Amino acid sequence: MNATLQTILSRHGDRDGALLPVLHEIQDALGYVPAEAVPLIAKALNLARAEVHGVLTYYRHFRQTPPGRHVVRICRAEACQSVGADALAAHAEKRLGCGFDETTPDGLVTLEAVYCLGQCAVGPALLIDETAVHAAVGPDRFDALIDALEPRK
Amino acid sequence: MSVTVFVPRDSTALALDADAVAAAVLAEARRRGADPTLVRNGSRGLFWLEPLLEVATAAGRIAYGPVTVADVPGLFDAGFLAGGAHRSRQGPSEAIPYLARQRRVTMRRIGVVDPRSLSDYLANGGGEGLTRARAMAPADIVRVVIESGLRGRGGAAFPTGLKWRTVLDAPAARKYIVCNADEGDSGTFADRLSMEADPFGLIEGIAIAGLAVGASGAYIYVRSEYPHALAALDAALAAATDWLDGFRIEVRKAAGAYVCGEETALLESLEGRRGIVRAKPPLPAVAGLFGQPTVVNNVVTLASVPDILARGAASYRELGVDRSRGTLPFQLAGNLKHGGLVEVPFGRTLRELLYDFGGGSRSGRPLRAVQVGGPLGAYLPASRFDTVLDYETLAAIGATLGHGGIVAFDDTVDMAKQARHAMAFCARESCGKCTPCRIGATRGVEVIDRLRGGKPGQSELLRSLCDTMIHGSQCAMGSMTPLPVLSALDHFPEDFR
Repeated sequence: MNATLQTILSRHGDRDGALLPVLHEIQDALGYVPAEAVPLIAKALNLARAEVHGVLTYYRHFRQTPPGRHVVRICRAEACQSVGADALAAHAEKRLGCGFDETTPDGLVTLEAVYCLGQCAVGPALLIDETAVHAAVGPDRFDALIDALEPRK
Repeated sequence: MSVTVFVPRDSTALALDADAVAAAVLAEARRRGADPTLVRNGSRGLFWLEPLLEVATAAGRIAYGPVTVADVPGLFDAGFLAGGAHRSRQGPSEAIPYLARQRRVTMRRIGVVDPRSLSDYLANGGGEGLTRARAMAPADIVRVVIESGLRGRGGAAFPTGLKWRTVLDAPAARKYIVCNADEGDSGTFADRLSMEADPFGLIEGIAIAGLAVGASGAYIYVRSEYPHALAALDAALAAATDWLDGFRIEVRKAAGAYVCGEETALLESLEGRRGIVRAKPPLPAVAGLFGQPTVVNNVVTLASVPDILARGAASYRELGVDRSRGTLPFQLAGNLKHGGLVEVPFGRTLRELLYDFGGGSRSGRPLRAVQVGGPLGAYLPASRFDTVLDYETLAAIGATLGHGGIVAFDDTVDMAKQARHAMAFCARESCGKCTPCRIGATRGVEVIDRLRGGKPGQSELLRSLCDTMIHGSQCAMGSMTPLPVLSALDHFPEDFR
């Protein structure tokens, strides 16, 4: 992990406003931003540890602990609300057996809310991991998407 | 010559399985010994028809949609490569009434071009604005933009050219263009579609802004919830290096804070800090990014500029009404049968958009409330559906046009719940800098809960709280959250009993 961090930090040292790009790269590489990274980032970017901590904890995108093997983010904003997002959210909690901002006991899925994926004409929408956007998701489609995450052996 | 088939690659098409449809088309073609050329365009914004497949014929592009993987063999049987009849056939793409009745200006190229191809962009009229701007003095570019009447499309509607002039006139060693692509409002996707389906249009607008004010570089701040827009911009910028002739545009990924759509919070975030709103003055045009004069413009604003330069200020200014000149790409969202992007000149009514374009509710039930302008916009009842859509008319009825998002709800909506959501969202997303927003939103949730529980005196308390938030908050987050709350209370009091 230290080698990964040092590589990332050496790439961004003299970039203007480097902190967010650095945190993104660390999270993309490790899945979260570990506590041990904070002093290293602070030193490399000439910031106080408190500043790094403040930014890390301010933005919801950044994680301080590893998520489940997959992250499922259901849009809960107005446009999706108007076509059943609340019902989908309730179904998801029941199907997964965990609440929002929680991870299933088997570590398969972390369930989160997101406020808008820009799919407002074709909701309800959700995002699986970094790029897999799905629209017009009802309960059956949700179950199929979850079943497809990791085929049972 | 090989037939060209278009299957969109923007995130809405992908979210409705366009990749699988594209793969099925190629596989089926191979099986039948056909060899079509596949172009992954962006969506034309007729989202209820996605995935919308098009084929280039002698009679122009013919559209089929929505197409599923299971439909693909049948499409080949029907001879779709020659534009043959099929139940999903929509006819010539540009003659589909939803599209034909629009006036596409800023979004004229979405769905038409390959968003990964600079040469396709230039072959479809792109680049003319930048070519002209390169031959003009900066003050002349600014004057054209002022004369066009273009106002900021992010929601604040400040005259774009005046902002540019302030930056042009500010003496500084470095100046910046910052494109606000933190499109967090629910019900809006025009920025996303612009970036995913026509990224070179935005890039050209940024380059023109850079010439107009003498900027040393530019940033595009894109929300992390838009991975496909980020990818489209990265690819387009890699292809545009030579075309940009040394002008450097950098994409920065945001990190999930709604308030960073506010321009000063955005600048803080770009500088590597928490997205906390700054006091104004100084305006960003005077002291913005890294303390330097900075143009902060929304995606649609900047993407509107190339056409204004290419065709002249008058061509843009002649569209629209009163002080709202040009077009707005409206976004029809929520519970509508035909959701999508509708670019029309200012001056249409809400009813035209909801019914003539939107086709009424998706659920088949009566429309009861429509939120215009995002989570900080007012809820309008059916009695206001004849409101004319321009900045001043909306403001006069206590509403806002915002970024042009229109979210429809049918009669199953609970407006007290929607009001509570507005306060809860503000509490969640407040940057915390000012008390009316940080504390007010939390108190707002509590007051609405007591009001819904039947406790007397709570609606007066809620109005008083909203008054404090409106007049005491530092930015739109706190000062506009009362819009959805009060409009729900005013227009739908029966839901609060």
